[in-house]
Order: sequence, then C-alpha cells, then structure tokens
Amino acid sequence: MKGLVFEHNLARFAASRLASVVGGSGRGAAVGPLHFTDVEPPELPGPRWHRVHPILAGICGSDLSTVDGRSSRYFEDVVSFPFVPGHEVVGTLDDTDARVVIEPVLGCLARGIVPPCAACSRGATGGCERVAFGHLAPGLQIGFCSDTGGGWSSGGLVAHEAQLHRVPDELSDDDAVMVEPTACAVHAAVAAGAEATSAVAVLGAGTLGLCTVAALAQLTRPAWLAVGAKYDHQRRWAQELGADEVIDPEQLVRAVRRRSRSLEASGTLTGGADVVIDCVGSDESIAQALRMVRPRGRVVLVGMPGRVSVDLASLWHREVTVVGAYAYGTEEIGGLVRRTFDVAMEVVAVKGLGRLVSARYPLDRFEEALAHAGAAGRRGAVKVVFDLRARGHFRGTRPSTKGPDS
Amino acid sequence: MSPRPGFVLEVDRSTPSTLFWHGEGYRLEKLPVGSRVLYAPEPVDALPDPVGAIRRALDEPLGDAAPLRSQLHAGMTLTIAFDDVSLPLPPMRGPDVRQLVIEQVLELAAEAGVDDVVLIAALALHRRMTDAELRHALGARVFDAFAPHGLLWQHDAEDPDQLVHLGLTDQGEDVEINKRAATSDLLVYVNINLVAMDGGHKSVATGLASYKSLRHHHNAHTMAQSRSFMDQHRSELHSSNWRMGRLIAASGVKVFQIETNLNTDTFPEQFRFLQRREWEWTARDRAAFLASSKALEATPDRVARSIFHSIRAPHKMSAVQAGEVEAVHARTTENVYAQQLLEVEGQSDILTMGLPYICPYNVNSIMNPILVACLGLGYFFNMYRGQPLVRAGGVVIMSHPTPWAFHPGHHPSYIDFFEQVLAETTDPAEIGKYEEAFATDPWYIHLYRTGNAYHGVHPFYMWYWCAHALEHLGSVIIVGGDRAAVRRLGFKPASSMADALEMASDVVGRDPSITHLHSPPLLMADVR
Repeated sequence: MKGLVFEHNLARFAASRLASVVGGSGRGAAVGPLHFTDVEPPELPGPRWHRVHPILAGICGSDLSTVDGRSSRYFEDVVSFPFVPGHEVVGTLDDTDARVVIEPVLGCLARGIVPPCAACSRGATGGCERVAFGHLAPGLQIGFCSDTGGGWSSGGLVAHEAQLHRVPDELSDDDAVMVEPTACAVHAAVAAGAEATSAVAVLGAGTLGLCTVAALAQLTRPAWLAVGAKYDHQRRWAQELGADEVIDPEQLVRAVRRRSRSLEASGTLTGGADVVIDCVGSDESIAQALRMVRPRGRVVLVGMPGRVSVDLASLWHREVTVVGAYAYGTEEIGGLVRRTFDVAMEVVAVKGLGRLVSARYPLDRFEEALAHAGAAGRRGAVKVVFDLRARGHFRGTRPSTKGPDS
Repeated sequence: MSPRPGFVLEVDRSTPSTLFWHGEGYRLEKLPVGSRVLYAPEPVDALPDPVGAIRRALDEPLGDAAPLRSQLHAGMTLTIAFDDVSLPLPPMRGPDVRQLVIEQVLELAAEAGVDDVVLIAALALHRRMTDAELRHALGARVFDAFAPHGLLWQHDAEDPDQLVHLGLTDQGEDVEINKRAATSDLLVYVNINLVAMDGGHKSVATGLASYKSLRHHHNAHTMAQSRSFMDQHRSELHSSNWRMGRLIAASGVKVFQIETNLNTDTFPEQFRFLQRREWEWTARDRAAFLASSKALEATPDRVARSIFHSIRAPHKMSAVQAGEVEAVHARTTENVYAQQLLEVEGQSDILTMGLPYICPYNVNSIMNPILVACLGLGYFFNMYRGQPLVRAGGVVIMSHPTPWAFHPGHHPSYIDFFEQVLAETTDPAEIGKYEEAFATDPWYIHLYRTGNAYHGVHPFYMWYWCAHALEHLGSVIIVGGDRAAVRRLGFKPASSMADALEMASDVVGRDPSITHLHSPPLLMADVR
C-alpha cells in the first residue's frame, strides 16, 4: 500500500515554507515533510469503526498550508504525527462496499469520550472540546490524526460510524468529493445569519468561496450576493452558482459602497454589507472585509487564517462581529435541525458541484497535484483531487480554462 | 501676412508621414496613398489691444443691451460668472482672458460705486477648481480681493439653498439655476469660446444649473439628436438651452453676456511642430520631434502627464463682444467658423484621429478611458457642419494609450461607471437606468461639494456625448490602447495603424476612403 505521509520534521517544515515562498503555494511538497511511501492500513480503534477505501480525496486549502509549512502553530497540539492527510474523501466501505463520504471531525463519539462535551452534546461536533484527548491520538480531523489514516493513501482510513454518510446513487464521485467542502460552506452560510433582505459580500472564489455562494444562494437567497473573484473561470462559476454581481476583488469594496450608498471615512465605508464572508483568510482579505461591512454587521472567516496583522479599530468602533466558521455538525435551517452533511449533499446535487472538480492525479504525482492545487485559480482550476481508483495511472483532466457553461 | 486657410491634403507617395497625437506623446503614421489629411487653418491674428477691445465691447454692446457702465449703480447686486477650468485647452498663458475681462468689469463697477459683487465659477457639474486654478484664471489681484472675503464662489448644483427654480419651458423642462446669479440686479457672464458649442444661452442655462435642469438636455436622446452640437441650428442640445435661456430672461434675470474668441495658437515654441504641416517642418522641428519622442518613450507616464499638463498655450484673444446673449453669440459663432471651418468634399469610409493628452474634463488630471471615448466620439467626431466626416456605418480609428487609470479625486464616479455600468452595456440609451443612482449617490455628492470631484452623473454625460457617433458608426478601433480598457468601452483594440486599417476592412471593405483629422489645433469640417 502506498500513501502520502506527513512527518514531524522541523527542518523540512522550514524548507517547505521557503519553497512555497519562492515557488508558490503547493511547492513545499517537493522538499517538505510529506513523503510518498509504503503505508500500513490503520488499525480499527474499536467495534463501531469501519475501514474505508478512498475513491477520490480532495486537496484543501488547509492541506496546502500544511504542506507549505504555513499553518499556524496553534494546530501543534491538535494533530499527531506521522499522519496521512486527506479529509475530503469519498470512498467505499470495506465491509459492504457502500459508497460513503467522511465527516472527518474526530469528536467525542469517535474518541469514546463519555459523557460528550457540551458542543458534541448539541451536535456541534466542529466545536468539540476534546479533539486532543480520548483513546485516539490528538487530531482535529481524519487527515490530521496518526491513528485514523487519511484519504491520501491507498491503504485507506478508518472512520467511526457516526462519521459516515451514505452517498445517494444520483451523486457522482466528483459530486461526493465536494460534499465535505460544501458542508463547510453550508455551516458558514448559516453562521452568516443573512436574511432575505441582506446584502452579502463574499471575498474569494476558490472552492470554498464558490461552495459558499452556492450554499447562500440555495439556503438564504439574500437580496444581494456579490462576489470578489480574481479569475475569469471563477467569475463564470460564481455567476452560475447564484451570485448577483461578480467582480474583481479589488472592485468589491466599491461595489458594496454603491449598493449601500455609503460614504467613506478613513478608507472605510460608513455603511456597507450586512455580512462579509472571507473565504481567503489573509491580512488583506480580513482588512478588506472590515472596510466594507456595515456597523454592527458580521464578518465570517471561512478561509483558514493564520497569524495576521489587522487594524481592529473599526471593528471596535463599529461594533462588528467577527466569527469563525469551521467544519460542521448540525444546523438549524427554517426551524429544523439537520446534519450539515445532509444539507450539503442537497446543495451539491442541486448545484451540480461535482463540476468544480477540475483535475485528478494519482498519488505518485503528488508534487504536480499539489502545485496544481496551489495555483488552481491561475491555472483555470477549482478543485484538484487525488484519484485512487486507477493506481499509478494519471486519469486527470487537463486544467480547464473554460467556465461552467463550456 | 494673413494666416493661411485650412488645407485638405491628398496623400501620395512623396507625402511624409503624418503626425498623430497619442496621449502624452505622438506618433508618425504612414497613411495609404489617396487618404485625405485635414489641416487646420493657421491661427488668426490676436487683437493688438485686448484691453481696449474689451472696453469698447462693454461700451458698445450688441443687441438691445445698454452699455455696461449704464447698468451699474451704487447699491445694486452684481454677480460675475465665468467659465471654469474646462476652458481653454490647454490652459492659456497668463494673463488669462477671464482675468482681462473681469478686471475691466470690476473697474467699471468700482467707478459706479457697486460694492456688492460676487464672482462665481460656472461649474455646472464639473469639479471645483483649486485655488491655484482660480488664481490663474482670475489673476492674483482679483483672486486676492475676493477669495479671502468669501466673495469668490464655485457654483454648487447640489445646494438647495443656492438654487432657484424659475419655471418650466414650453417643453416642460425645469429651469433651476444659481440663486445669487438669478436674483442679482445684473448677471455678467464671462465666456471663453474655443469651439462653436460653447457660449450663448448655454453659458447660464448649463453652467449655473442644477442636475434637475441639466438632465433635460444632457441625455442620450438629446445628444443623438444634436448633429452636430457644434452647429447650434441642428443641435437639440442648443435648442433646449435656448428655450431655457429665454425663460431665464423672461423671468427677469438680467444677463450681460461677454464672449471672447481665442485664436488657435495652441502650443508653445518648443512644441511648435505640433501645429505645422509635416512637409513644412524645419530641421529644428524635426529635431524637436525626435528629441521629445525619445525622451517621452523613456519617461514614466506620471511624469509625462505632468510635463504635458504644465503646457501653457500661447492662445490670444482674437475677438470680444458683449451685450444681449443671442446677438453676442451670433457674432462669436461667426468668428469661430471664420477661424476653424475647412470645406471638405464628401464623407469617407474611415475617419482617423490622434487623441491628445487633454480634453475639457481632465485638466491637471488623468485622461481615463471614458474621457478618451468622449474626446474622440463626442468632440472630434462632432467637429463638423453639414454631415459627419465619416459615412454612416463607417469606422473611426483613434490613437491613444487609453490606460485603465482614473484620478480617484477628480473622477470617483467614473471608476464605478467603468466597472459597473460599462461592464453591462455600452448603449447610451441603456445606461440611463443607472443614472439616478449615480446622480443621487450621497458619496459622489459629498465629493463634488467638498472636494474636487466631478458630479456622480458626469460619466453618463460623457457617454451620452458619444451617442450620435455610436449610433452612426459601424465600428470604433483604438490603436495602441490598453486592450482590456478598450474592450470595456465596446471598441476594438489594434496594436498598429496597419492592423487597425486591416480590421476596418471587415466593415468598410478593402479599398476604403480615409480621412485624417489633423487636430489639434482645432478645426471644424464643413462637409458638403
């Protein structure tokens, strides 16, 4: 069995950071602590666990941060080495051959912690207080835990039955691999608290940004949904998935100003959008979000930020609420409490989000795959995945430069 | 020796390359054999005694107006309005003609004991002038006498307390103008006439009006029906302004109009080759062209812009007339035509033009893509009487770098117009649905009133200015422009004149007739 393993090696970690700075995102794979090597299938941790053989496993922004040595040191105690990355997974169950997607958060149930923490009791597994404890090694998710394996391995992974979601036949594998990022987007859309009268601005139109647009368009239908998208294909996708206005990110503040008929003071709009959803997570994007959210409005951080430097004076003065939106669990939508993954599967099906899968690579071409994912926007791609169906054979599409209707 | 009239050159094999303006620079282009090049008449002679001519004009007014001195008396309110920074182009060497005229008016007012005098820059919806620009236009003596005492105003079309609604014309057009001007015992308007569109009733009815009033004639329909707006008798823009002007007069507003003609002596000595015919270039002209071209190639855009905007034109006053608005303007227009008209036989398939660095709306500023379109299709295309220089369905080829660049302080709403409106449609009739949102946007209004920004609606006017040309033409090509910006305008980018002519052949065939408008200096084609 072959797989990609991420080891704890500070020197290589530093080298990967340097490589990504010089060569661009995803380039850390060539010199960093990620290896393509023989892996043993992980042991089943308990009786209600199942072995899963990945079919497709996506490359996420947080994976790229890890590979590039850019992830925050905050995560040091909530991961365990060595681990096999890959938490966006569609696979088959070892015992029944059923197709499943993995809800990767390793909450109290998976960890055998009784009684569960307050968050898990509420069904908010993304907020689990025990991700570093219990009978499993620390790991906030499958794909960051040394005991469970991850999607980037032909040796498969193990998942607790609470983490498994059967994939309906009408969803393709491409659709299914988009369920996990879509679940993040659904959670963000709910966390946004937008209403039908709201003006919502989304910063960033990579996978998370586009899935968030799709989730907002389907679940909330705000009065105005604007997206800052850098590349042409992203603009076409955002338009198709339900955005009312799609513009260059640099123009987004002006578009929000026009819409809200704000004045400006100190480079900040006096009014602004009711909600700004930041799917980038950089200093610049957070600062831009604060510039264009209205007083007492809400900024939702969906893209994973690290250490940032942002002037928070306007946040204080304008009483802006900044919330993180990580992972999933359950959501209250229209008075009903539903599992986020169930809602995400509906969004994926309705919006056809499997079409966002732009390229597939075999594991042994991981350096190319990660470089492609790191430059996805520039290369006309959205989601890049590992394809574990035909081992060692590249079945991937070439990076598409065409949009949704091509 | 009297100045030579304009000239139509037919290009043959021995014709030297033709100079095309290209923003903050210029190029030499080899036009196909058989092309016509239109050269402007040489500048008419300046008045030998401009101050004396002004005094005579004030003492011997045209129409039924009484001499100015007889209309001035102690205890009256006098308002002197004057054209803003959009005239003349380029800004003229001091003393500016406004200074010369206003000083004479003020002398007469002082002699008559008038002490309630206010000066108003007739901005309409243009940007406020800076103190330096006002000082240049009025001269230090006038500026220092009025500005520190709050007696030098800039018309504010968004201050309801400064406006008065005088009524509706017989066509239902609102006439709302500056209250101080309308309620003064006498309003003296000081105009600079560079092109035939300027002056007449347009001075007060446009220059001192509000958006509510301006929207009646600054719209796609009116502009498309102004053929051209350099010919007031075939210009719906002027018809509307004339209706308004007559209503202003009928409302009891006493206007004493002073109009000045400037000659077309446009460039200072070091750039003299720009207004000479290429085959008459001296060795010094050729050296100046080569040296400046090479220097500009190596100069950053910002620096080149700064160099060109520091040019002060040697324009001189060639005529001045004062009195009743329509009588004065008839004389002024005669003078403009006498100086600028060039008889041209028939239309051509292609009209080429080199666009310079400046137009009325980017003095000391950036020529953004919307202004490029307006200068080419609004102004140059309309420099005709009779019929356009290019046939219906023909092609205009303009040469300009057309950078995707805007002055954020002067043209904030232009940025939004370019990003939002033109991204959706370039049809002047279609963009109107966005107009009110821009016109009433509180941020644009704030910047117009307190900063140096054009009004929020102004980019719409620039695009309406192009309405006639856009309706008339089959295609518009810009040579050497930023490709993305050119496409956003709805035009086609070409990297060279040869490419542009090749592209034009798709529209007008492979053996088109070509006319090149060699301007500035300004010329107006009388197309038979």
